[in-house]
Amino acid sequence: MDAGIYREQIIDLYEHPLNYGQLEPADFSYEEDNPLCGDVIRIDVRLDAEQRVAEILWSGDGCAISQAAASLLTEEIKGQTLAELKAFPAERLLELVGVPLSMARVKCALLSLKVLKAGAYGIPDPDTMRGHE
Amino acid sequence: MYDIERVRADFPILATEVYPGVPLVYLDSAASSQKPAVVIEAMADYYRRYHANVHRGVHRLSEMATTAYEGARVRVAEFIHAAAPEEIIFVGNATEGFNLVAQSWGRANVGPGDEILLTEMEHHANLVPWQMLAAERGATLRYLPFNDDGTLALERLGDFLTERTKLFSFTAVSNVFGTINPVRELVDAAHAAGALAMVDAAQSVPHMPVDVRALDCDFLAFSSHKMCGPTGIGVLYGKRQLLEAMPPFLGGGDMIRRVTFDGFIPNELPWKFEAGTPRIAEAIGLGAAVAYLSALGMDAIHAHEQAITAYALESLSELPGLRLLGPPGTQHGGLAAFTLEGAHPHDIAEILDKDGIAIRAGHHCAMPLHHKLGVNASARASFYVHTTTDEIDKLVAGLHRVRELFRLERD
Repeated sequence: MDAGIYREQIIDLYEHPLNYGQLEPADFSYEEDNPLCGDVIRIDVRLDAEQRVAEILWSGDGCAISQAAASLLTEEIKGQTLAELKAFPAERLLELVGVPLSMARVKCALLSLKVLKAGAYGIPDPDTMRGHE
Repeated sequence: MYDIERVRADFPILATEVYPGVPLVYLDSAASSQKPAVVIEAMADYYRRYHANVHRGVHRLSEMATTAYEGARVRVAEFIHAAAPEEIIFVGNATEGFNLVAQSWGRANVGPGDEILLTEMEHHANLVPWQMLAAERGATLRYLPFNDDGTLALERLGDFLTERTKLFSFTAVSNVFGTINPVRELVDAAHAAGALAMVDAAQSVPHMPVDVRALDCDFLAFSSHKMCGPTGIGVLYGKRQLLEAMPPFLGGGDMIRRVTFDGFIPNELPWKFEAGTPRIAEAIGLGAAVAYLSALGMDAIHAHEQAITAYALESLSELPGLRLLGPPGTQHGGLAAFTLEGAHPHDIAEILDKDGIAIRAGHHCAMPLHHKLGVNASARASFYVHTTTDEIDKLVAGLHRVRELFRLERD
């Protein structure tokens, strides 16, 4: 049986995610959903004195690809500086995911990176913004 | 006798392969239906032989195009039993039909303190236009709840229809639950409260006989692309006296009788609501689709879909961890939405796709409904004139494959 994009590693991470949880308080937190499929990812980050990622946890709900990517991203980003984090290339995350994805599924894979960068740049939460209308 | 093999031969796409050696199993007609060859050919024939603008030219081609365009309107009027072709407005899709009523009728008739009643099972097309109107006019939106089984809480209708209700707009068939709502009963309740009634018929007109005069609805909207017709066109039906009293929606050519530098006099129905060069090829395609469906017979189509749906609901319910959304039995239109414990709908759709099976995954343009159910998304298989029990078997086999890949098949 050809598993396609659902290789062992993806299913393993879906069943047993890495760095799953929430940090209270955190230096920055961000949450966003993919309105196409309803996937939600939140990432909380604590930085050390040198602005390096000391702790990072993610939480949320969604498809195997978005969830596996969040585990892989948070694992990779530990110890990186805020500047490195802001410059983290999307290609690198797709490389980590390591399975060929269709256009629609690339969005799933990159949701966690989008959330991480939005948090790092201090972008206000879209729900909070709506509250100020 | 419904000859399924003959019907399938009418759809060129059903003979194609999605991947080499993998034939298409199209279970996404509720999102958009496939097209029989007669529809594709009707549109190509117009472009090849008699394309010209309508309503203006005196030349032969313009006359032919006008005859075909207006002929399509007559076919649609007969198909839904409208009193006259003037009650058929060609719009972009069902969504535009709701926007037209909200912007034209709504702005003229809905004010602060007024209420518009919707239901909790509406598609975004029957939500957002009213939210926009309510925000602009200071009106209030109310939502008739649905029960756990995906039926409407009809016994609570009296609490929601008040003397402030101006309009009750609801779906005839839920695009998620598949619930077939008692349209006439809901229309009567609205009228008894002094409100108008608008019907979202996007999931009913393609699948079952619809008679707007028997339903007595004031407005009804549906899309061509869900009923074997092309994209880019839909229909707004409205009772003539209401449409006549309404101000125009979009301004431009074709919708006017006379224009001066100081103003304009709008055209008569139905052209008052059709600004600019209309969707000529699309209307011709829709006309061909209506003729195609009529030839199959809407009663026969409905009976076929009921049989397929019953088979599908029974087959699916045998899968461990599968939760069907919506009511059981005969009050169920031609679709089955579900969640599968341990596998996200997006992953289900992707795995099924490798077997050539096309289903929808997501919230199906009904985010508030999914929010109330407490799920982010669901998977939906939907059926049409060409769906076979063999295809349902493939769907079920595909779902077992999903369970294997996600290590859920341990028993």
